[in-house]
Amino acid sequence: MRLSSSFLSLSRTSGTTQRGSDLRSSQQKPLSAQDNRVKNGGSASPRESRVWRQTGLSLQRNLSAYLFLLPALVIFALFVWYPVVLGFIMSFQSVDMINPAVWVGWANYRHVFSDPLFGIAWRNTLAFTGYALLFGYMMPILLALLVNEMRHGKGFFRLAFYLPVMLPPIVTVFLWRWIYDPDSGLLNALLSLLHLPDGLWLENPGTALPALVIVATWSAAGSTMLIYLAALQGVPAMLYEAAEIDGANLWGRLWHVTLPTIRPIMLLLLVLQIIATMQVFIEPFTITGGGPQNATTSVLLLIYNYAFQSADFGEASALGVMLFLVLAVFALIYMRMTSRLMQGD
Amino acid sequence: MQNVHDATPREGMRWFRRRMSSEASSERSLVSPLMLKHPAGRVIYWLVFSLLLFSTLITFGPLYWMFEGALKSSVEIFQTPPTFWTVHPEWSNYINAWNILQLPLYFRNSLILAAGAVILQVLVSASAAYALSKLRPVGKSVVQFGFFCTLMVPPVVYLIPQFANISNLPLIHVSLINSWAGVWLPEAASAFNILILKSFFDTIPTELTDAARLDGANAWQLFTRIILPLSGPALAVITIFTVIASWKDFLWPLLVLSESDLQPLIVALYHESGINANLPFNYLIAGLVFASIPPILLFMLFQRQIIRGVNLTGLKG
Repeated sequence: MRLSSSFLSLSRTSGTTQRGSDLRSSQQKPLSAQDNRVKNGGSASPRESRVWRQTGLSLQRNLSAYLFLLPALVIFALFVWYPVVLGFIMSFQSVDMINPAVWVGWANYRHVFSDPLFGIAWRNTLAFTGYALLFGYMMPILLALLVNEMRHGKGFFRLAFYLPVMLPPIVTVFLWRWIYDPDSGLLNALLSLLHLPDGLWLENPGTALPALVIVATWSAAGSTMLIYLAALQGVPAMLYEAAEIDGANLWGRLWHVTLPTIRPIMLLLLVLQIIATMQVFIEPFTITGGGPQNATTSVLLLIYNYAFQSADFGEASALGVMLFLVLAVFALIYMRMTSRLMQGD
Repeated sequence: MQNVHDATPREGMRWFRRRMSSEASSERSLVSPLMLKHPAGRVIYWLVFSLLLFSTLITFGPLYWMFEGALKSSVEIFQTPPTFWTVHPEWSNYINAWNILQLPLYFRNSLILAAGAVILQVLVSASAAYALSKLRPVGKSVVQFGFFCTLMVPPVVYLIPQFANISNLPLIHVSLINSWAGVWLPEAASAFNILILKSFFDTIPTELTDAARLDGANAWQLFTRIILPLSGPALAVITIFTVIASWKDFLWPLLVLSESDLQPLIVALYHESGINANLPFNYLIAGLVFASIPPILLFMLFQRQIIRGVNLTGLKG
């Protein structure tokens, strides 16, 4: 219920017509209501089935429906379902893309486990996720809270903070690699202007990973902020007024009205951020190459290196399967959370 | 709404006033209007406003650094400490970068990749969503489950098998490496587009489609004459997001398109940044500027659709 009130506000704030809000509220129903109808005899409703009987046979309807579904079914089968299964198969094979694949049992998994980089990559990935939560999780909430209070220039702030999201990731990473440059970079220049110590940000194993997290946060925080802004605009004014009458001050209202109302979305975005940051690749791949001293080698970078540096696609798939299983856990949490939210808590 | 016409004028006025007041109060947020009338409240408000204004430097600063850095000479750009305001701006850097980086070729490739992605994704997703929403065949729930399950599987986790798959497609044994189809086809499998379109099609009243069926329209006519023309807003959101995603896409085109004549701008810039590429650094920065202009322009033009789309995508993964 709380979520749907924010849904309605989304369309209001983005200036869309009623249709926009229909679009979102109807997202909640498809799996439950209509599937029951399908089970009850294959047609949507008594009225509609009568229409179908008048206009054509049910066989013809199914045929044309599957003709419309055919492109999607073929594409999904070939390029999603099959590769997912193939990943599990390849993880038990020795694959170099030149010779035919050979079945090797658990050898790939044993090799991956015994690779010293395996532990390092997982630790870095978890550290990246942790830092990203530290730097990047509260900031969009804070920004959205402040921007939402503004009576002037709200549109400007929204644009200003969202702009980095639009940049292609390659532009972002090259730009920041230059900013971090110890000699001609912007960061050290600013720091020396303020008489603060400068540093070798990307060359130092201690600071390289946090430096990458800042890049990732810079490029992603804007879109999260937009979602929070929409959620904040959905907080009913009535609740604030009621809290005021009860004598709640600003903090009281923030703590007892605002945050509880946006909490479902905060939880969803938490899980989504964990899923997204566990896949970190482009920043270490282009900025540091996994260095210095493997301080920024992520799991996905290791997968890439197995496959395209050592041409060992089997080991790469084995590590891919492990990443898949870890992400699947979070995906299931996310799914349970959304389905509970959609059913109105 | 109906009540207003039936009710007496006095009740109507009351309804109107209530409606007005509720609309006015729904505009309020955490800080009460009363607090802002207070002098202290005003001071704090403008302090927070200036703080926010200052923090936009975090996003505008690096962008300024990039646009302005491309104007520096190859000496000035490596100067320590760097100059914040270019002493001798070289506008010709942009022109030289345009020619040396062969940007017309890569812009064309990026546009072709985006156009193909849009056409394929809209065709595949719209027809599937139409079948699921309006035709509702036997086994619909199974098909739907098969599609929407993939929302939970990020494509990078099957990156390696996908690459093996593309190099040697099952049954037909064709390789899509170094062909645009190798980029288009895997990206056409977008459960998210199907979800958005299906929810939108669900809002189109069945009365409308039933009436058309009774008039003898077949499934194809229903799709092209009724459903698609009514779905402009949803198709617009999908188109804009597909164009932007295709423009930003890096890893997959990097793997599939190793021939430089086929690469999109983003991949070409990555290759040009390599140590062996020998490209002057200021030209690379100018290239980055060129690569960022189209998405920024798109954002300025379609801000409303993009914000709506972010709110959809953010909650749906």
